[in-house]
Amino acid sequence: MTARLKRLGLRGRNLVTAVPYLWLIVFFLIPFAIVLKISFSTTQIAMPPYEPLLHWAGEKMLQIQLNLANFAFLVQDDLYGTAYLNSIWVAGVSTLICLLIGYPIAYAIARSSPSTRNILMLLVVLPFWTSFLLRVYAWIGILKNNGLLNNFLLWIGVIDQPFQMLQTDFAVYVGIVYSYLPFMILPLYANLEKLDLTLLEAAEDLGCRPWQAFYKVTLPLSKPGIIAGCLLVFIPAVGEFVIPSLLGDPGMLMIGKVLWTEFFNNRDWPVASAVAIALLLFLVIPIMFYQRAQDAEAGGGVHR
Amino acid sequence: MKQGITVFRAIVLTLGFAFLYIPIASLIVYSFNESRLVTVWGGFSTKWYGALFRNEQILNAAWLSIKVAVLSATLAVVLGTLAGMVLARFGPFKGRTLLSGLTTAPLVMPEVITGLSLLLLFVTMEQLIGWPAGRGMTTIVISHITFTMAFVTVVVQSRLSQMDDSLEEAAMDLGARPHKVFFLITLPIIFPALLSGWLLAFTLSLDDLVITSFVAGPGSSTLPMVIFSKVRLGVSPDINALATILVVIVAIGALVAGIFTARQKKIRDRDAQMALAANQQMIESLKKG
Repeated sequence: MTARLKRLGLRGRNLVTAVPYLWLIVFFLIPFAIVLKISFSTTQIAMPPYEPLLHWAGEKMLQIQLNLANFAFLVQDDLYGTAYLNSIWVAGVSTLICLLIGYPIAYAIARSSPSTRNILMLLVVLPFWTSFLLRVYAWIGILKNNGLLNNFLLWIGVIDQPFQMLQTDFAVYVGIVYSYLPFMILPLYANLEKLDLTLLEAAEDLGCRPWQAFYKVTLPLSKPGIIAGCLLVFIPAVGEFVIPSLLGDPGMLMIGKVLWTEFFNNRDWPVASAVAIALLLFLVIPIMFYQRAQDAEAGGGVHR
Repeated sequence: MKQGITVFRAIVLTLGFAFLYIPIASLIVYSFNESRLVTVWGGFSTKWYGALFRNEQILNAAWLSIKVAVLSATLAVVLGTLAGMVLARFGPFKGRTLLSGLTTAPLVMPEVITGLSLLLLFVTMEQLIGWPAGRGMTTIVISHITFTMAFVTVVVQSRLSQMDDSLEEAAMDLGARPHKVFFLITLPIIFPALLSGWLLAFTLSLDDLVITSFVAGPGSSTLPMVIFSKVRLGVSPDINALATILVVIVAIGALVAGIFTARQKKIRDRDAQMALAANQQMIESLKKG
C-alpha cells in the first residue's frame, strides 16, 4: 500500500503531510518558543507589556538581553513554590482517587456481556459531551451550605448544622475526580476488555484464590491502562484553573490560578510566561511518557 | 465466585453511575424550581427558561459560540483527517515522531499554557505582519482548530488502523488514483469516525473557557465566558435552565448517533461482503478463462 502510494502520488503525499504539519508548527510549536522568549524579557507598561529581547546596538551588532529576573522571582517568592507543590499534590491525590474509583468501574464494565458493555461505556462517556463548566457548576449547588448534600445529611440526622464543604480543598478534589473520571475509565476499560479470561482460569486451576489471581494476573497486565489513565488525569489536573476557582477556597494556591492572575489581574506577561515555562518543564517528562505509550498503542498502524 | 462477581458488579456500577449522573440530574431538577435559591424547592416553574430566552447577553454569546464551534469543528476535521491519514497510512518517514508528538501533546497540555502561548503568538504576529488585527472571532477559531484537531486526529487514526486496507488496495489495483481512492473508498468508510470527530470538536469548542479567555478580545465573549462570570458570583437558576437544554440536546444527539452508527455498520458490512463475493467470482472466472 505504502509503496504504491509512493509511486503514484509523491506530490500529493507531501502536500497532505505538509498542511497539518505546518498548521501545528505555526500554531502549537512556535507559540512555545515565543512564551520562552517573553519569559526572558522585562515588563513595561505598554502594549504589549514587555520589552523586546533583541536590540540593535551600534552598527550591525545584534545584542540579546536575557533577563533571568522573572525566573529568579519565581524561586525567591514563596507563593510560586507553594503553588507548584500544592498543584502537584492536589493533582496526584486526585489521580489516585480517580484510579481507586475508576478501576472497579472499568473492571465491572469489562466483565459485563458484550452488548451491555457498549451501553455502559456510552453512559460513561456521555457526561463528557455535556459542558465541563456546567458539570463543575452543578457541584456548587450540591456542596454549598444550604445545598443538596448538606440538606440530605441534615435530613438523615448525621449532622445537626450545615457543614462547610464549598470553598474547601475537599470540594476541589471532588470536582477534579468527577470531571476527569471518564479519562481514567476509558484507557482502563480498553485494556481490561482485552484481558484473556483463560489466564484467570489457569491461575485458579493452579490454586490461586480469586483475589490472588487478580493481584498476580489482572493487575500486572493492566499496567499500560493504569499508566495511560493516570497521565490523562494528572497532567491536565496540575494546570487546572476552572475547578479551584469555582469550588476551592479563594486563597487556595494552584499554579493554573496563579498564571491566570499574573496574566489577567497583574498584567505581568513576562512573569506569566515564566510560570508557564516552569510548569511545562515539570510536565515535559510525563507528557513524553504519555506520547511514548500512545505511540506504542497506535503501533499497529505504523508498520503497514 | 460467579455470584460474587455479579454482586460486586452491581454495587460498583450503581455507585459509579450515581456519582456520574446525580450532579447532572440535580441541575435539571432545579431548573424547574420556582425559587431563586436554586437548592431550596419553591414549587414547579418554567420561568427560568423564559428568563434565559430574554437574556440578550447569553443569547449573543451563545450565537457567537455556535458560529465559532461550527467553523472550527469543520476545519479541525479537515486538518485532523489529513494528520490521521499521514500517521496511519504513510508509514515511517522523517519527522513522523514530531508530527505524532504535535498531535498528542494538545490532548493533555494544561489549557492555561496553550491559551497563553497562542495569545503571545497572535500579539507577535500582529506586530510582525499586521495580521490578525486585534483579537476576536478569528483568533478564537484558529485556537479552537488547533486544540480540537488533536482529538479528530486520534479518532481518525485509530479508525484507519483498525480498518482493513484491502479495499483501498483493490481500488488501486483497478487503476484508481490516490485521491480518487481516498474520496470513493476511504472517506465513506471512515465517515462515522469523521462525524464523531466533528461532534467531539464541536462540543469541545462550545465548552472551552480557558483558552478562549486568553485569545478573545473585548466584545467577543463566548457562552462559557458569560457563564463563568455569572456562576463565579454564585448559583443562578437560568444557568440551570441552560444546562438542561444542553443535556437534552446531547441525549438526543447520542441516541441519533447510536442508531446512525449501527445502521452504517450494517450497510458497510453488507457492501463489503458483496464486494468480496464479486471479487471471488471474478477471480474464479479468470482462473477458468
